[in-house]
Amino acid sequence: MRYLITTLATLPILMMGLLSAPCAAQMRIDVSGVGATQLPISIADFATDSRAAQEIANVIRSDLGSSGAFRVIDPQLTVSESATPDYTSLRNSGADAFVGGSASKLGDGRYDVRYRLYDVARQSTLTGESLITPEADLRLAGHRIADAIYQKLTGERGVFSTRIAFITRQAGRFRLNIADWDGENIQSPLNSPEPIISPSWSPDGTRLAYVSFEAKKPVVYVHTLATGQRMAVANFKGSNSAPAWSPDGRSLAVALTLDGMSQIYLISATEAGTPRRLTSSSAIDTEPAFSADGKFIYFTSDRGGSPQIYRMPAAGGDATRQTFGAPYNVSPRISPDGRQLAFITRREGRYYVAIKDLAGGNETVLTDGGQEESPSFAPNGRWIMYATRSGGRENLMAVSVDGRIKQRLSSSRGDIREPAWGPFAK
Amino acid sequence: MNKRLIYLIAATAAALSIAACSSSVKLDDPAPIEDRSNMPGDGSAAAGAGGASTNPAGSSRPITPITIDTKDPLKDPNSPLAKRSIYFDFDSFAIKDEYRSTLEAHAKYLTANRAKKAVIQGNTDERGSREYNLALGQKRAEAVRRALVALGVTESQLEAVSLGEEKARSGSDDAAQAENRRADLVYQ
Repeated sequence: MRYLITTLATLPILMMGLLSAPCAAQMRIDVSGVGATQLPISIADFATDSRAAQEIANVIRSDLGSSGAFRVIDPQLTVSESATPDYTSLRNSGADAFVGGSASKLGDGRYDVRYRLYDVARQSTLTGESLITPEADLRLAGHRIADAIYQKLTGERGVFSTRIAFITRQAGRFRLNIADWDGENIQSPLNSPEPIISPSWSPDGTRLAYVSFEAKKPVVYVHTLATGQRMAVANFKGSNSAPAWSPDGRSLAVALTLDGMSQIYLISATEAGTPRRLTSSSAIDTEPAFSADGKFIYFTSDRGGSPQIYRMPAAGGDATRQTFGAPYNVSPRISPDGRQLAFITRREGRYYVAIKDLAGGNETVLTDGGQEESPSFAPNGRWIMYATRSGGRENLMAVSVDGRIKQRLSSSRGDIREPAWGPFAK
Repeated sequence: MNKRLIYLIAATAAALSIAACSSSVKLDDPAPIEDRSNMPGDGSAAAGAGGASTNPAGSSRPITPITIDTKDPLKDPNSPLAKRSIYFDFDSFAIKDEYRSTLEAHAKYLTANRAKKAVIQGNTDERGSREYNLALGQKRAEAVRRALVALGVTESQLEAVSLGEEKARSGSDDAAQAENRRADLVYQ
């Protein structure tokens, strides 16, 4: 499968990617908005005129450009990491940083991918690397280089080499998919005639928990990606849903209906056992999410008359209400640093992604589509990916937590929904 | 004539069992229910209804024919059992009066056929969180399950599950939304 990446006019230089990208698009990214500050970076074509080298340079340009933190300049030059950059013309082009590199095929079929990042003003090397890369991972090498550049220049970890999970529905089939963060390189570990919802990555990124309706009812499975082995970890009478990993990866908080109404229980993520009940309300309790330190569980409950987000100790106990700004606040997700709560809020009959500082603060609406669902934080906490609808089709978007930049990930075939942003690669 | 007769007997027996169960009989005590469920097949009841021995004008060696009706009432489109869906008002989980006869018919069938099992699938429209909708659909399925248990169906015959919005009829018009606020009885 081949894909196509384009951007909106706000980042026109990325249109360069369009020229070399193959046709038969399946997924594409559109970026709108700009960051508060943008660092101008010039990224040369990588040496050797191979498709591999060009693909890598395009991945780096696309990654850094779509982050909103950079203004990408294409110098229309091929510069390897061993050449001395032409600092004068780089300065004249407005670049503060420059990247040159190469990709050369080794005797065993792998590639030696090299790059060097320069500070144009100081005329010095900031960092550089050699990545020995199998042919199938050339794009990944580009994402890793983009991560290294992003971290060197912003001081934060990049998420370009992370993966996302999402569900597609097409021609009556439901697929669980894993892709690079930009929607490329899709693989489908599960394909079913029945719905699949609520995928959730284990903290180490090796397993996914999800809800499958293949047994004509919701059952929670844990699926090991490398082996394809999966286990029904919650298949009790009634409905089993909303899996959320504990930070240590050993347990799952789930919603079960053993006593009629949906309530939150803790189960083992690795073996069948007796679920431990965490909530005892006469209302709906669902959508658990652990705090970053594992001490608390946030969840959705309508115990107060309308669905709102509550917090309780991870072992159960008194719950305190967290959201107040609207009569419908659901789907809590906690940022990786534990400081922010993202959720879905209903305002005047429409549904938006909102964010709130847990230390206290307003509930800020970040999106404007009106049909948003299923928020998911990037592992660096900078982005929230979510599902929405436009043009009669479900697709994914990501919004920066400051609300300034949006990326749309759309498919030319079928609906895309239920995004779950995976952890940093080990 | 005889088919009708058997149906009447079965209905009477089922009604008796429901009457018994809708009182304060403990649900985990199946004894009184099972006693009565044997009645439709009871030879003495059929003989008594035939009334052969009390008919002075009849033959001294009467023969009362019985036709075995293999027609499954679950497959009869004219049976009240053909109605399997309960619709709810917006944001409501109360079963409306108009579904009382439908639920009574299913309760009769299930109490007379203790080996039969049914799954009750709750549904919702597509608006809002999938997981919260799953919980809302469960609430609808649970309302129907409780109603059937109150009518004498044993707990082990029923499972309430939710499909949430996953099987929702698409469309945002009122008719589609109303169609999705539904619980379905699915016999196993």
